[in-house]
Amino acid sequence: MKIERLTTQFHTAKGVTSPVNDVSLEIPRGAIVGLVGESGCGKSMTAMSVLQLVRKPGKITAGRILLGGRDLLQASPREMRQIRGNEISMIFQEPMTALNPVYPVGRQVREAILLHQKVSRREAEDRVVEIFRECGIPEPEKRYHDYPHQLSGGLRQRVIIAMAMVCRPDLLIADEPTTALDVTIEAQILRLMKRLREEQGTSILIITHNMGVMAQMCDYVYVMYAGKVMEQAETFELFERTAHPYTQGLLRSIPRMDRPAERLYSIRGVVPNLLHLPEGCSFCARCERAAEACRTVPPELIEVAPGHKVRCHRCQEGGDGHGA
Amino acid sequence: MQKQQDLEVRNLAAELGEEDSLRDKALRLCRENKLAVFSLLVILLIALAAIFAPAVAPYDPNKQDLLNRMQGMSLAHPFGTDQLGRDVLSRMIYGARISLLIGLAPTGISMLLGTALGLMSGYLGKTVDFIIMRLADITMAFPSLLLAMVVMYTLGSGIINIFLALTLVSWAGTARVVRAQTMSLREKEYVEAARSMGVGSFTTMIRHILPNCMPSLIVLFTLNIPGSILSESSLSFLGIGAQPPDTSWGLMVSEGKDYLFTNPVIAIAPGVAILVLALAFNFLGDGVRDVLDPYTKQTIP
Amino acid sequence: MAKKIIYRILISIPVLVGVVLVIFLMLQVVPGNPVAIMMGEHIKQDVIDRMTEMYGLDQPVLVQFGRYFLNMLHGDFGVSYKLNRSVTSLIMDAFPYTVKLAVAAAVVAWLIGIPAGILSAVKKNSLVDRMFMGVSLLGVSMPVFWAALLFQYVFAYYLGWFPVSGVDGGIRSYILPAIVLGWSSAGTIARLTRSNLLEALEEDYIRTAWSKGLSQFGVIVGHAFKNALLPVVTMMAIQVASLLSGAVITETVFAIPGIGRLAVSAISNRDMPLLQGTVIFTTALIILGNLIADVLYSVIDPRIRTD
Repeated sequence: MKIERLTTQFHTAKGVTSPVNDVSLEIPRGAIVGLVGESGCGKSMTAMSVLQLVRKPGKITAGRILLGGRDLLQASPREMRQIRGNEISMIFQEPMTALNPVYPVGRQVREAILLHQKVSRREAEDRVVEIFRECGIPEPEKRYHDYPHQLSGGLRQRVIIAMAMVCRPDLLIADEPTTALDVTIEAQILRLMKRLREEQGTSILIITHNMGVMAQMCDYVYVMYAGKVMEQAETFELFERTAHPYTQGLLRSIPRMDRPAERLYSIRGVVPNLLHLPEGCSFCARCERAAEACRTVPPELIEVAPGHKVRCHRCQEGGDGHGA
Repeated sequence: MQKQQDLEVRNLAAELGEEDSLRDKALRLCRENKLAVFSLLVILLIALAAIFAPAVAPYDPNKQDLLNRMQGMSLAHPFGTDQLGRDVLSRMIYGARISLLIGLAPTGISMLLGTALGLMSGYLGKTVDFIIMRLADITMAFPSLLLAMVVMYTLGSGIINIFLALTLVSWAGTARVVRAQTMSLREKEYVEAARSMGVGSFTTMIRHILPNCMPSLIVLFTLNIPGSILSESSLSFLGIGAQPPDTSWGLMVSEGKDYLFTNPVIAIAPGVAILVLALAFNFLGDGVRDVLDPYTKQTIP
Repeated sequence: MAKKIIYRILISIPVLVGVVLVIFLMLQVVPGNPVAIMMGEHIKQDVIDRMTEMYGLDQPVLVQFGRYFLNMLHGDFGVSYKLNRSVTSLIMDAFPYTVKLAVAAAVVAWLIGIPAGILSAVKKNSLVDRMFMGVSLLGVSMPVFWAALLFQYVFAYYLGWFPVSGVDGGIRSYILPAIVLGWSSAGTIARLTRSNLLEALEEDYIRTAWSKGLSQFGVIVGHAFKNALLPVVTMMAIQVASLLSGAVITETVFAIPGIGRLAVSAISNRDMPLLQGTVIFTTALIILGNLIADVLYSVIDPRIRTD
C-alpha cells in the first residue's frame, strides 16, 4: 500500500484549504505504521481520503493511492465499494456512536460479510460468532443479539474491530482506536490489534495523537502538521534522533514517570488556520528555532539518514537538529 | 468525521470572526435568502394596503350595486362583484385588516402568555411547573379548531372573541418551548452566578434567561402567525368568526361558496389572498429560523 | 419498558378528565338557560322548568359534571336537544364516515410526504429539494376550505371526474376530500422526514456503514432510514389530530355526514350536548392516538425496548 503525493482540498466560501497537502506514505505488508499529530493536522482526513469517503465540499485533487499495484483513485465507485470493508477497512474513534443504535451488533458485523462474500446467512452468523470470540468478546452467541447501548465502550470497540477484521482486509486503518477508552481497555485493544497483525499479516495504519500508543505499536512513524508530513522515520530512530522541532515538542509533551516532576511541556500557540498558512514553513510561528528563511521559503522533505526524512531548514543545514 | 468535519468548519468560521451580531444576521438573511426578503415585501405591501384601505380601495366595500351583481373580472372590477354587487377587490383590501390583525395580535398575546407561563414553569419548577404543564397537556390534547369552535360557541361570534379563542388555543406550544430552554439555561454558570449573588428570581428570569430565549421566540412568532390567520379564516368560513358587516377573507369565501359554480372568482380570490399571506409568513419564518436558530428542528404543526 | 407504558397510560387519564372538565365548564358559562335557547321564545315557563329538571340542569355544576363523566364512561353522552336522539348513537352513525375520510387522507399524506421527504434529503439543496419544500409550504399555508372549494370546482364541476359532494359515489366520493385533507399533512410529514433523515445521515454510524462498502442505497435504506423514521412514527399521532381537526372543514364542504359536520351543525343549532359529545369524543380519540404512538415508539426503538 502506497500513497503518493495525495492532496485533498476543501473549497469553501472563505477560500481553498488543503487538510491533506502532498502527502506520501508507504505501508509495507504486515507493518504497523503510525500517523501522528495534533488534532486538526489532517491525519483523519488522510484516512478518509484513502477510502474516498471525504464529504463535500472536500475533494481529492491530486495523487495516487496504490494498493497492490492498482490506483484506487482510478477505481469506479463500484470497485471502491468492493474494496471498502473488504481489502481496506477502518476502525473509528467513537465506539459510542459508530454503531447503528437500532440494529443488533451481530447483524451489523454480518452485513459486512454478506456484502463481500458469497456465503449463506447461517455461515455468516457462525463467522461473526467466531470473530467475536477471536476479538475477545465473552459469550459471543449472546452478544450477537445485543444492541450497542447494551454493551460497554470496550466491548463496542471490540465489535467495531471485529467488523473491520471479519473480511480479513489487507489494510486496517485505525483512527484513534483507543482515545475514548480507559487505560486498561486501551491496552487490551492494542494487544488485540497486534495479535491480529501477527496471525493474519494485516497491515495497520494507526492514526493517533498519543505518542505512547505510537511508541508501543508502530514500526514506522509519520508526523503530520497542517496537512503536510513533517518528519518520518522508524519508531526507534524517531525517538532516538528526533530531528524536527515539532516532533521534539510532541515528544516533550508526554508526561514521564522516570523523571522528577516538572512543569509539563507544551508547544506554544495553536494549530494555524489552514486558510492563512505562513508563506514559509507552516510551523514557523510556533517554532523555537525559526530563522528568517523559515518564514519565507517552504522547506522540502529531505532524507537526513537512511529511512529518516525531515521537512525543516534548520535540521538540514548542518544536521544540528540531530539528537537535540 | 462528518460531524467533526462540520465542527472544524464551524470553528474555522468562529476563528475568522464570523460569529454574527443580530444586525449581521439580519443582513445575511437579506443577502442569502431572496425568498424571505420577497415575502417580507409582500407582507409589507398587504399591510400598507390594509392601513390605507380607504385610499387604496377603488370602491366602498359595503356599497351594494344590485344592478351590477355577480360581474366577472373586468377592468372596473378586477375580481368582479359579489351577489350584492359589492366590489370584491375593495372588500379584500378591507378584509386584509382583519387577517393581519388576527395574524399578529392573538399570536403576540399568546406568545406573551406562553412565555410568562413557560418561564415560571421552567424556573420555579415543582408544583407551579406541574400545574402549568398539565394545563398545557390538556390544551394541546384538543384539536385546535374544535377547541376554538367551543370557545366561539360560548362567547359568541365577533372579532374580540376570535382573539380570545386563538389565544387560549395557542399559548401551550410556546410555554413548552420556553420551559425547556429555561430549564437548560437555569443550570448555566452565569445564571447560577447571578443567583448566588442574591439576584431575585424575577430579575434573573427577565435579565438572564429571557434574552437567551429570544431567537426561538422570534422564530416561533413568525411561524405561528400563519396558523392564526388560517384559524381565523376557518372560523369565519364556518360562520362563527367574523360577522357582517365586518369583512374577513374567510367570511368572503364562505359567502362566495354558494355561487362557486356560477362565479367562482368571488370565492377563490379571497382564498388566494389568505394563501399568499400565510405563505409569505411561512417563507419569512423559515428564513429567520435558518439564520437565528439553525439547530432547532422545529416543524410547522 | 412495561413500566414506561403503564406510566404513559396513567398520565393520559388526568388529561382526559381535564379535557372533559374544560369542555364541560366552558359550555356551562354560556349565558341563558339552554332549554330556553333551544325551545325558542314562545314556550311556557313551566315547560322550561320541567325540561330543565329532566336534563338535570338545576343541579350544582359539579354534580352535573360527575354525572356526565360517569355516564360518559358508560358510553352515554346525553341526548341531543335538537335531534332528540342519544348523542352516542349520532356519533356512532357519523364515525365511520370520518374514519374513512381520515384514513384515506392519511394514506395520501404518507404516500406523498415520506417519498418527497426522502428525495429532498438525498438531493439536499437541489432543485427537486427546493421544489418539494416549496410545495410542502404551500400545503401548510393553504386554507383547507379554499382548497376544497377549488378542487370541487376544477375536478368535480369543471372536469366532472368526481362527485361534487356527498358520499353516494362510494370510494370516488372520498378521493377529492382525502387529497384536500391529506395534502397539508403531507407537507408536514415531508419536512419532518427530510430533517430527520438529514440528521441521521450526519451520524457516525453512517460513516461506519460507508466504510463497510455499502452502496448509497444500502446506507440510506439500511442504516439511516430506521433511525430517521422512528420520530416520524410519533408524528402519526399528531397527524391524527390535525386530520380530525381538518375533517371538520372538509366534511362541511364536501357534505360528508361525519363527526366534524355533526359538530358544526351542533354549533349552528346551539345543541350543547351534541357539541360537547363530539368534541370530547374527538379529543379522546386524539389522546388515544398519542398514547398508541408513544407505546409503538417504545416498542420499535430498541434503546427503549431493551431497557
